[in-house]
Amino acid sequence: MTQSIDVPALDVSRRGFIASAVASVGIFSLGFSITPQAKAQGLAPEVNAWVVIKPDDTVVVRIARSEMGQGTLTGLAQLVAEELECDWSKVTWEYPTPGQNVARNRVWKNFSTGGSRGIRESEQYVREGGAAARMMLIQAAANGWSVPAADCKVLKGVITHPASGRSTTYGKVAEAAAKIEPPKEVKLKNPKDWTIAGQSLPRLDTADKLNGKQVYGFDLKLPGMMNASIKACPVFGGTVASFDVAKIEKMPGVKRVLKVGENAVAVVAETWWQANSALLALPIIWNEGPNAKVSSADIAAFVKEGLDAEQAFEGNKQGDAKGAIAGAAKRVEATYSYPLQNHACMEPMNATALWTPDKCEVWCPTQNGEAAFGAAVQASGHPAAKVDVYKMHLGGGFGRRGRSDYVIQAVQIARQMPGIPIKLLWSREEDMAQGTYHPITQCKLVGGLDAQGNLVGLHMRISGQSILSGVNPQGLQNGRDPVVFQGLNPSGAEGPFGYTIPNLLIDHAMRNPHVPPGFWRGVNLNQNAIYVECFMDELAAAAGVDALEFRRRMMKNHPKHLAVLETVAKGIGWGSPAPAGVFRGLSQIMGFGSYVAAAAEVSVANDGKIKVHRIVASTNPGHVVNPSQVAAQVEGSFVYGLSAAFYQECTVKNGAIVEQNFDTYPAMRIDEMPKVESILIPSGDFWGGVGEPTIAVAAPAVLNAIAAATGRRIRHLPMKNTDLRRA
Amino acid sequence: MAKLTINGTLRDVDVSPDTPLLWAIREQVGLTGTKYGCGVAQCGACTVHIDGEPMRSCSLPVSAIRPEQKIVTIEGLSPDSSHPVQKAWLALDVPQCGYCQSGMIMAAAALLAKTPKPTDADIDANITNICRCGTYNRVRAGIKQAAGV
Repeated sequence: MTQSIDVPALDVSRRGFIASAVASVGIFSLGFSITPQAKAQGLAPEVNAWVVIKPDDTVVVRIARSEMGQGTLTGLAQLVAEELECDWSKVTWEYPTPGQNVARNRVWKNFSTGGSRGIRESEQYVREGGAAARMMLIQAAANGWSVPAADCKVLKGVITHPASGRSTTYGKVAEAAAKIEPPKEVKLKNPKDWTIAGQSLPRLDTADKLNGKQVYGFDLKLPGMMNASIKACPVFGGTVASFDVAKIEKMPGVKRVLKVGENAVAVVAETWWQANSALLALPIIWNEGPNAKVSSADIAAFVKEGLDAEQAFEGNKQGDAKGAIAGAAKRVEATYSYPLQNHACMEPMNATALWTPDKCEVWCPTQNGEAAFGAAVQASGHPAAKVDVYKMHLGGGFGRRGRSDYVIQAVQIARQMPGIPIKLLWSREEDMAQGTYHPITQCKLVGGLDAQGNLVGLHMRISGQSILSGVNPQGLQNGRDPVVFQGLNPSGAEGPFGYTIPNLLIDHAMRNPHVPPGFWRGVNLNQNAIYVECFMDELAAAAGVDALEFRRRMMKNHPKHLAVLETVAKGIGWGSPAPAGVFRGLSQIMGFGSYVAAAAEVSVANDGKIKVHRIVASTNPGHVVNPSQVAAQVEGSFVYGLSAAFYQECTVKNGAIVEQNFDTYPAMRIDEMPKVESILIPSGDFWGGVGEPTIAVAAPAVLNAIAAATGRRIRHLPMKNTDLRRA
Repeated sequence: MAKLTINGTLRDVDVSPDTPLLWAIREQVGLTGTKYGCGVAQCGACTVHIDGEPMRSCSLPVSAIRPEQKIVTIEGLSPDSSHPVQKAWLALDVPQCGYCQSGMIMAAAALLAKTPKPTDADIDANITNICRCGTYNRVRAGIKQAAGV
């Protein structure tokens, strides 16, 4: 996203803070060891906000963004270490807290981790932080030797003065360096000279994930802690009418049964299993509100109406699309649809809160530490200076953990039980029922071809849900949601459209159902790529032109889009015969700052079973900080994108989500995983993200291959709803 | 009260008989490497070994387990992350978020104990855990590396 949309308005009085790290360290007074990294918090000399160096030369890099599997933690540490010129084998990390960030005038800038922004939005200032620390450390050594800093050199954290043969280490001069005035200007290395960044270095956070030691939010143990399970009204917008405590209060371990906010009931017990068992037995009566009768069919009809509505917000306009189509030799029309989907993080939502009259502390997996902090401040009733949030590793995020609803609930429960740490864990069923869902949309595409088979006009009408309307209405532009047009924009980092079409109209009729939308890994690029890239194949077929050649004709002015497309076409062997029974499909798009393309080889058996044999993917993210981790993101994107495309749909009955667990909301497993060949072609002239864009090209490449294999065009997702059996 | 042998130690575990093994392991024994993902034996994040068999502990009440049955959790797979699967996982940087990986590693270790040189078909049939980050290709490569195939 281009705009800052994540941090809720915070009523933070700067004067309310004791603006020092010492005050923040005091918040750790409980003495819990949350992570090995956190032990370093404030104990070792800080050279600057990004770099802490201990006397034993251990380098602690401060990481503001959240690690949820995407590898950003390691990538950011590589960028700092590259400029710092330290010994990578001595690098570790820690999370500063959101409270510290606010208290220190946002010295670590944005904590929000979404939109594939972790690296691309912070690479400049974290590299400058590493470079400034290096200069200060060298200066400290030079001061000690009374020599010019320019005469000193550094390699892997060892500073030398060649003329005199003296040497010292970062650990020995760190304390002195911390007192040196930071440099006004720093010069960053040319990426061509990188030795730490740009390398496939091992992740910094793997070892503890192999033996059960990694503490996720849901694993946290605090002295005297109790456990909570919660149920909110399954009908969005409904509230709690009543619940019968007497029915469960004698059940094993049960301590309290509480109303939480207006719409939820929680049971607090000694263990979570006891709490959840009691919650399942608790009779709750809901005021279901005005949405109690809404079904998927109602929502579909509501969205469909927008396909031909008069009013729509323009996203991209060139020439006169409707006129050109009316005068075209051939008219092609198709309507597509994309469902509501849950993120289904492996670790369900959870947060732990301890509330006392004097302070409120929260431990939680969050993609947005400052938003979680703001939510905790508001829910706690305390001033910001008496609140802090400690970030935990995330068991998946995918956009869901950018929201703080579960944090608010934990604080609301803890506030009713002062002095007792409360760990709130949602059941999987609650996680499925209380999502913030991938927006539901439909799209009507109409294209006009001239006699030579060229696309002379395209009208793409998107109808459906706006994420910003649900998440951040103040981000709307006179009612228009600019995020809807990801990948379809005239220009910009969030997806310039990759085709030059003389007459083009892409517009959006906003239709918001009652189901809350959210940023879902890949966001609107997902359905936009399906709509555009599948329809391009439909147009190519109508024109009688090869799908790659048809695209090429419109991509002369889009060399970066074309480069990734041609890379995958070459990689998959486009134009040469495929193995018997195997068919190919292509797709490309630009979003999250990066250019991506995919080519798939697919077969469809007589019984309709689809097999994806092989995928070639190409990414131009500008710069690559860790090729191995980018490859992991690309591979994983096919799992996330194809799970969605094959299986995932949240349907609505009586106002509530029907699918409650992985049995009705399946995900791809290893037996369905194709080989993935990831080809990186960084052009070096920009910085793009990699966590999300590839998801968008997964489905259309496979859908295009299925159409090639069967002659049938699947236009409605997920694919499980289409029977491909041959008669 | 249940008697359970977990990672070589016989323990008295104070739970009602219908408590799933997963929650007894996590909340009474205090070993949190075994994860909750679905509660209905779908995702495999809770996989442990019982007498060498990979079992989904979220759907197995403690009353179904005899004291002499050997339960092994991720914490008991090796004392120092030296099991071949753990070593391969480290070498290949298999985990992303890592939440499902305890179960994934336990499923892989159980497969290799029975089938030291698994084929792709063996892997497809025996590794049925869900990973939402999508580490499957590195999981496959990790199993093969651990097996030396």
